[in-house]
Amino acid sequence: MNIRAIQAIYIFEMARTGRTLLQSIVSPVLSTSLYFIVFGAAIGSHMTQIGGVSYGAFIVPGLIMLALLTQSISNASFGIFFPRFTGTIYELLSAPVSPPELVAGYVGAAATKSIILGLITLATARLFVDFRIDHPLWMLFFLLLTAVTFSLFGFVIGIWADNFEKLQLIPLLVVTPLTFLGGSFYSIDMLPPFWRAVTLVNPVVYLISGFRWSFFGASDVNIAISLGMTLFFLSACLAIVSWVFKTGYRLKA
Amino acid sequence: MQHILSISHLSKTYASGRIALQEISLNIQRSEIFALLGPNGAGKTTLISVLCGIVTPTSGTAEVDGHDIIKDYRTARSKIGLVPQELTTDAFETVWATVTFSRGLFGKSPNAALIEKILKELSLWDRKDSKIMTLSGGMKRRVMIAKALSHEPQILFLDEPTAGVDVELRRDMWRLVSSLRDQGVTIILTTHYLEEAEEMADRIGVINKGELILVQDKRELMHRLGKKQLILLLDTRLTHMPDSLAKHALTISADGMELVYTYDKERAGVRELLDDLAAANISFTDMQTKQSTLEDIFVSLVKDTP
Repeated sequence: MNIRAIQAIYIFEMARTGRTLLQSIVSPVLSTSLYFIVFGAAIGSHMTQIGGVSYGAFIVPGLIMLALLTQSISNASFGIFFPRFTGTIYELLSAPVSPPELVAGYVGAAATKSIILGLITLATARLFVDFRIDHPLWMLFFLLLTAVTFSLFGFVIGIWADNFEKLQLIPLLVVTPLTFLGGSFYSIDMLPPFWRAVTLVNPVVYLISGFRWSFFGASDVNIAISLGMTLFFLSACLAIVSWVFKTGYRLKA
Repeated sequence: MQHILSISHLSKTYASGRIALQEISLNIQRSEIFALLGPNGAGKTTLISVLCGIVTPTSGTAEVDGHDIIKDYRTARSKIGLVPQELTTDAFETVWATVTFSRGLFGKSPNAALIEKILKELSLWDRKDSKIMTLSGGMKRRVMIAKALSHEPQILFLDEPTAGVDVELRRDMWRLVSSLRDQGVTIILTTHYLEEAEEMADRIGVINKGELILVQDKRELMHRLGKKQLILLLDTRLTHMPDSLAKHALTISADGMELVYTYDKERAGVRELLDDLAAANISFTDMQTKQSTLEDIFVSLVKDTP
């Protein structure tokens, strides 16, 4: 196992994060604040409690998930797309590095960054609203699991995309709608039966529901199902990544 | 002695159906400088890419110091340094960071002293903290060489190392190549300039349309292929060749205004030709000499090989 290579990639990627630290922190802090001003203060004050939790507190897990998903995907997709774009990928391909080591370096760094941003979002939310975390270890576990899963997904997008437009396409057209419709700002119980059934096809529902359970001990979907679905999505991403390296798809001629 | 690189029946057909390499077999000796000559699209870069793990071969095998490039890729690749043809570098990283990254990627423990030595040899030391994007093209190429040397490879692939490079860097490059060879590093370079191969290589392989047409010691090859031509621009039209000039095997151009004399460098005989021309009362207004280009060599090679 080439641990040094994993380290090298991880450090290299984290240095990239370091260079853009200000915008990395400012962006989630700003957007979280905006969400709280609009949904928490303006709209939330007219909302009743959901499952015994104030609306402001209710949306916290959803907002963190929103930041986590978008950041994981964009960090990881950009991390692997950029060397492909500039051509420096030659060095990764010609190095004595196995595919799992390569993925560990890139996905590890992307997940680390998005977890940091998730925690910053959490801290920002705390400034606006009071909330409790019933199961902090589970909360961290869900944070980690989601960050890794969606960083893997981002890695796949970064390999699939052959231009900057495509790099933005899936996050914009698929992930953002899924997150917004995945119960970030509402409980799926609030939907009519038909739409509730439709919503259950959305994988993000399970992530947000599970994550919200770790905060308030209550959830839309059974926690075991949430966990199972997240692990299923993780395995699906792992399967795609291993297929990519097996076939050399978009990496090797 | 075991070869440092041994290639056997290596072929590559791209998904598009284009055949890039056909049954290449080649052995490279330890610490030799081998030049792979060929026109654009001949398969030089594909061959290097296969050996480095960037392109998957369709069939055939290759071993680096006895290690199969696919089954035992870790050991094989750790012995190889690659400087690709395209200037592909990071932009926002510093010189020091990118070279250190390369060493780590190849699984080597950090060695600041070695990296300092490499950067100094490549005149990059005072730019070590500069972002790569601020460097000139020549400096970027030096960075790429530094990256390839950072993990102390036993074989160094230089793909078109002097394409678009100024004279100074070119000279530095040759100096570096010689000093690396003295340290026991094997160097395989590709080029389409004959002079470049002539200047540096011990052996030359000629590749065309994915086939290795010949592999020969440089001196023998230059002797065989390195022809020169002397072109004389006549002041009056010549309709037929005087018998007294027959031994020089001259050719007359279609308009009868040029005489072309082909000779090899070691046996010129130009003096004798000029004397014979004077004796035959043929005068000329100007002359020029032309060294055979790789293209000429290809024409002759393709003609020679059935």
